[in-house]
Amino acid sequence: MALLRITSPHTQRTGHRTAWIMQMVILATLPGLLVQTWLFGWGTFIQVLIAIATALVCEAAVLKLRGRSIMFFLQDYSAVLTALLLALALPPSVPWWLTVTGVAFSIIVAKQLYGGLGNNPFNPAMIGYALLLVSFPVPMTQWFGAYEVTAANEVMAFTDSIKLIFTGAIEGAHAVDAYTIDAYTMATPLDAFKHKEGLMSSEAFATLPALQPANINAFFWINMAYLAGGLFLLYLRVITWHTPVALLSALAIIAGFFYIIDSSNAASSWFHLTTGAAMFGAFFIATDPVSSCTSNRGKLFYGAGIGILIYIIRTWGGYPDAIAFAVLLMNFAAPFIDYYAQPRTYGHKEAKKGLKTGGDNP
Amino acid sequence: MSTSAENTVIESPEDSAITTTQTDNKPATDYAEILYNGIWKNNPALVQLLGLCPLLAVTSTVVNAIGLGLATLIVLVGANAAVSLIRNHVTEAVRLPAFVMIIASFVTSIELIMQAYTYELYQILGIFIPLIVTNCAILGRADAYAARNPLLPSIVDGFMMGMGFMIVLILLGAMRELVGQGTLFTDMSLLFGDMASNWKITVFSDYPDVLFAILPPGAFIGLGFLIATKNYWDQKEKARLDKLKANQEKVSRRVRVTG
Repeated sequence: MALLRITSPHTQRTGHRTAWIMQMVILATLPGLLVQTWLFGWGTFIQVLIAIATALVCEAAVLKLRGRSIMFFLQDYSAVLTALLLALALPPSVPWWLTVTGVAFSIIVAKQLYGGLGNNPFNPAMIGYALLLVSFPVPMTQWFGAYEVTAANEVMAFTDSIKLIFTGAIEGAHAVDAYTIDAYTMATPLDAFKHKEGLMSSEAFATLPALQPANINAFFWINMAYLAGGLFLLYLRVITWHTPVALLSALAIIAGFFYIIDSSNAASSWFHLTTGAAMFGAFFIATDPVSSCTSNRGKLFYGAGIGILIYIIRTWGGYPDAIAFAVLLMNFAAPFIDYYAQPRTYGHKEAKKGLKTGGDNP
Repeated sequence: MSTSAENTVIESPEDSAITTTQTDNKPATDYAEILYNGIWKNNPALVQLLGLCPLLAVTSTVVNAIGLGLATLIVLVGANAAVSLIRNHVTEAVRLPAFVMIIASFVTSIELIMQAYTYELYQILGIFIPLIVTNCAILGRADAYAARNPLLPSIVDGFMMGMGFMIVLILLGAMRELVGQGTLFTDMSLLFGDMASNWKITVFSDYPDVLFAILPPGAFIGLGFLIATKNYWDQKEKARLDKLKANQEKVSRRVRVTG
């Protein structure tokens, strides 16, 4: 008699080990990476390489210190994925030491000090991002604009990107350094809209260079690439639909609500969904299996909470985008949500808990 | 002054870390024990985790840390001395208000002194000087130690606890200043006058300020690392002693068997 040792749910092929899941997520980020490289130059690609190298070195060093098997844990690709996600979230032009600092903090403090993969209460990549954003606000907010609307009027070349990242300056025809990098960078659409300073929405879209169709389209295509990657993960059942759908619909509904109330000052749901990091956050960050909720009902609350927080921080907070802070805040709440969203075992009645003690109680 | 106060010793919540030295025949107070307790074993910042609010808030540079550490040290010594003196004359019901009054008076004096002599530092430390009143380490020592011990041990205990607190403050201040700004001992002239104006050491030149270390999160993480280091050392020491003990036991057992 064949005794299959498969855990429920019996819907997946067997043998889906951690490494396979991590590899699939890495694969799913490729469209986004390609579009970011296509639109904004080689910066992101170089950051990814720096980040992955740093992550592997840090992970190996800490595992050695902790007396764990180094190759076993390096082969689960989790460190590579953390580094990749953080690098994708960084502006393309940040200096190399900034990426190294962020990744080292992610791996050493946010992941390994808590006990390694599976024990980290917070998303390591977003901890690294939050650290960098709080510590180095200037380089962390120098986003590239679509080349049609920037002063340089071209995508930064590969050699220039390397020079900028490792030496902090480029000589030659397009000479820039940390101070004159404005030739390539501009506010992101979200940032420009947030700081429109009394302009009506229509005026802002007509006058601000960062809100021109070319720039908005660039971010739209990045979001579409991550959406495609996310759908690929859904198809493979690496992630479930609950978190991304709840996140995106909560963001769309709350943005739509304020847009209907005050359409001359608020941005539309479409704008909120397609010009920031909403898709990247919804499919790749919020779905981290370690730090998010585990029950399906819990994932709905968790995702919706992130969506609402994203809108609140984007609109009334101090930072232009809010994926990192929203996800970290909801990571705090994830165990609490899971406690109240436990699925009922088949055949059991609804639990009597909290204040819901009905009249039939003695 | 140093009479044994057996019948008036106030029953207070048990404090397992403190071994009261009072017995009927009054053995000599173990000052080495007080020192070890204050600096290491029962360190207010690393073990009791008391007074974290000022500890985390003002340790962004070494000079701030020394300023607040000194102020807390003086208040601790003064409060312990005064509480020890009145320990036989206040009833249990009013002891805490009495202690708080004493502490508040000392803090007010310190605040006025700092305002007179180190005005810039007084402005930098701001609300955290008056807040020394609420530092649980001070009230804790008054209630747990000074209220049932003679004057001299109480003063020594206050001094050692204050030193333990200040050492942690300075370590944390140095860590945060080094990581945050790449310097050490900036602006020491605020506390030590003109002679300290060139004490500043620039460890890393051309250093980007790491705001994270200067802001409160850096303090939490820095303190976490300090506590972890202390626990690591303690664990290693305990493992060593256990091993030593185990070896000794083995030897004695063999003797018993053969004998």
